Amino acid sequence: MNLVTNNKWIGQRTIRPDGMDKVTGRAQFAADTTMPGQIWGKVLRSPHPHARIRSIDTSKAEKLPGVKAVVTSKDIVDFPIEKGAVMLGIQDMRWMCRNVMARDKALFPGHPVAAVAATTEAIAAEACKLIEVDYEVLPWAIEIDDALKSDAPILHEFNKFDGKPSNIVGRLEHKKGDIEQGFKKADIVIERTFTTRPVHQGYIEPHACLISVAPDGKTTIWSSSQGQFMVRAMTAYLTGIPQSDIRAIPAEIGGGFGGKTIVYLEPLATLLAKKSGRPVKMVMTREEVMRATGPTSGSKSTVKIGATKDGRIVAAHGTFYLQAGAFPGSPIRGAAGCSLTPYDIPNLLSEGYDVCSNRSKVAAYRAPGAPIGAYAVECVLDEVAEALKMDPLDFRLKNAAKEGTKAAHGPVFPRIGYIETVEAAKASPHYAAPLGDGHGKLRGRGTASGFWFNAGGESSAQVNITEDGNVVVTTGHPDIGGSRAGIANICAELLGIDYRRVSVIIGDTQTVGFSNLTGGSRVLFASAMVVTQSTEKIIQTLRERAAKIWEIDPEAVKWENGAAHPVSPNAGQFEPLTLEELAEKAPAMGGPIGAGVQLNTQGADGGFGTHVCDVEIDVDLGIARVIRYTAVQDVGRAIHPGYVEGQLQGGVAQGIGWALNEEYIYTKEGKVDNPGFLDYRMPVCSDLPMIDCIMVEIPNPKHPQGVKGVGEVPLVPVMAAVANAIYNALGKRFYALPMSPPKVLEKLEGPMQQAAE
Amino acid sequence: MAKVHVTTSINGEPMEFLCEPSDTMLDALRGPLALTGSKEGCASGDCGACSITVDDRLVCSCLMLAVESEGHEIRTIEGLAQGEKLHPLQQKFLEMAALQCGICTSGMLVASDALLKKNPDPSEEEVRFWLAGNLCRCTGYDKIVRAVMETAAEMRAQ
Repeated sequence: MNLVTNNKWIGQRTIRPDGMDKVTGRAQFAADTTMPGQIWGKVLRSPHPHARIRSIDTSKAEKLPGVKAVVTSKDIVDFPIEKGAVMLGIQDMRWMCRNVMARDKALFPGHPVAAVAATTEAIAAEACKLIEVDYEVLPWAIEIDDALKSDAPILHEFNKFDGKPSNIVGRLEHKKGDIEQGFKKADIVIERTFTTRPVHQGYIEPHACLISVAPDGKTTIWSSSQGQFMVRAMTAYLTGIPQSDIRAIPAEIGGGFGGKTIVYLEPLATLLAKKSGRPVKMVMTREEVMRATGPTSGSKSTVKIGATKDGRIVAAHGTFYLQAGAFPGSPIRGAAGCSLTPYDIPNLLSEGYDVCSNRSKVAAYRAPGAPIGAYAVECVLDEVAEALKMDPLDFRLKNAAKEGTKAAHGPVFPRIGYIETVEAAKASPHYAAPLGDGHGKLRGRGTASGFWFNAGGESSAQVNITEDGNVVVTTGHPDIGGSRAGIANICAELLGIDYRRVSVIIGDTQTVGFSNLTGGSRVLFASAMVVTQSTEKIIQTLRERAAKIWEIDPEAVKWENGAAHPVSPNAGQFEPLTLEELAEKAPAMGGPIGAGVQLNTQGADGGFGTHVCDVEIDVDLGIARVIRYTAVQDVGRAIHPGYVEGQLQGGVAQGIGWALNEEYIYTKEGKVDNPGFLDYRMPVCSDLPMIDCIMVEIPNPKHPQGVKGVGEVPLVPVMAAVANAIYNALGKRFYALPMSPPKVLEKLEGPMQQAAE
Repeated sequence: MAKVHVTTSINGEPMEFLCEPSDTMLDALRGPLALTGSKEGCASGDCGACSITVDDRLVCSCLMLAVESEGHEIRTIEGLAQGEKLHPLQQKFLEMAALQCGICTSGMLVASDALLKKNPDPSEEEVRFWLAGNLCRCTGYDKIVRAVMETAAEMRAQ
């Protein structure tokens, strides 16, 4: 392990390099960009949850003055189902080409059917109304139970499960030991079924892009996404334009949380721009975002856990049905692969089922699948602990995974920090504090743990020394939550210079090497590796340059505090040569100083967290309120503690929303009934308490700075922690999310009311 | 449809622009006035990303017609700093990592500034309720509330 010690910048709360632009309104988000000659694109969307498209007549729309181009599925490259999967990352182009524009069938209300570009947004919207679509309306299914009925309408007739046409489009399992034998050894077995509703990532910035296609096909895309290379590749696949002709420029991204890891508008805008010869801008409305993007799955899970009297878990069985929406791809891997992973369980079966239904195709959402699985598992664990009369954290400690534990999804754990998170939660002032008087409101405390895989993968960086001796770092990952600050800290630390001398730029697809998505909690892990190696190459160059000037061996030069020094007086007596001096001498001493590195990074350790939550319940109104929250997480190494805490706090806030209020509500016509922020009730400032963070730092030995991904774990335990706290307050358990006021009131009616009478 | 001529003041500068009668103030700011610091998150007054002040009153610019700015004093995020000198709130947001993706930040700052003008010594609860109209999906609000409280304390001390 080569950890930097006595850090000057790593671990400091530096001011982020892009901060000034963001507090002054200068930062350019996708919808802020304009271009000469720009026109506007709008999408016509299906009003039906399920309908065969018999024909589309666009002639009236095309004749409307101001309309410049119309596209339908005919214009998009088709990836025929029968030819097999065409994978790009985790996305299959067969589904992507049908998701960006309905082909044969519309599969959810909001499914794009055609797109128009016109000189104004209003004309484009008017033209959409003139497009005549002949639909054959079909029966539909939105909820899992409806989609799984024997007579359910089948979304994709080609799909078979158990030899029959089915909406189950995928299954995976993780297995360890023998669960039947395991349950036989158990003194106590608890089995429960849980449901969760689909929730949206809820980024504040709607999807937007501006695209220009020159007559020779050279295409420039400005868009908001979690990966400009993903945008380039998917747009190329779906439009037929070669990737080398597409320059995807990453705009600042206004939140994503996984929801901006696929394209919606870019292929349509590219085709409209190509057809019209004009740059095309497209911006979704909030309603379009809610109806036709994201969300994550709704779910139905059954979890059975068996333990012996002494508190050892001997067997566990989890079955997780997740809604994929219109196309295959729900995060069953996260649900089935993460939820039991914090524990050392000898006999285990964890199954995931991917179920299609007539809702928008799900997109990743922060540790996709894992929070859904953890909600079920961590609630049952609490029940088992209670039955055993054990403290819930002691029960978790007794069964905790540690170094050498073989996880059900394959790996044998290296040194991990799960136990430390439980111990830190137990030792926290929060866990020791009395719940206090609720003044008529009921109070309760709950805990839960969570795990996320974390990821490495492809990353590229270029580090260049400027002529005045400062540094420009270019990486290929959109900065979604402060990664530029972490990169600046690392580069400044390695070079031994003030971090303000390091400028961090997100390169576009044609200026920096391939870099995979900002996703999987991978960005600082991976970019730190390529930036470190690039910087080390530069330091080697700087040592060689100094050696040449001093006419000594490069091995006799060390780099320290931003300057070359002789390693010892024996190497010769020379005044240090600073970075500025070496940059100034560069033209005469071998030319520009820069280095780039591309890697497929490996060694991302999984992340663990343990949370403590206090709630207060207003029994008259049914409102459950989180009044205190502590998130403990093994973060590996906090390169910028401020933004690590920010990840923890933000994840917790999202989880509280998921637990207490957020859900998609449908009309009886099968349409989303709450497609705006007013009715899709995300937590606002006055809904939340301060969120305390305890960062446990067990450095990742496979990373130069010890980094582990931090962004996703914080959402994983939250719904279970809130549910366990509500149980503690009420003595009644919820098996369905969200635990919104009407549902809490329902629970309170009956025994609680009788008690009051 | 004929465009309407509007004479107003934006961030202390006299300003004239043309707009459709149905355009919102946010449309005018982001369109003819090229002030894109105000963001559109919802167009329904629920997210606060487009917050401005009109004669010192906090308003969602997506809920106001552009023609209504005639003769009034508009302030946007672009007017918060004085030249090179950041407003203390902007400085504190940077120092305390009170932003992540940054899309809500303009609105948060305009709203926080309006609060501190009205009440230089707000309690945490007052800050939380005042900012309840400004959605942030990244931060969990913790650092934003702390930054506003700390700025208020420093401004009172001066």
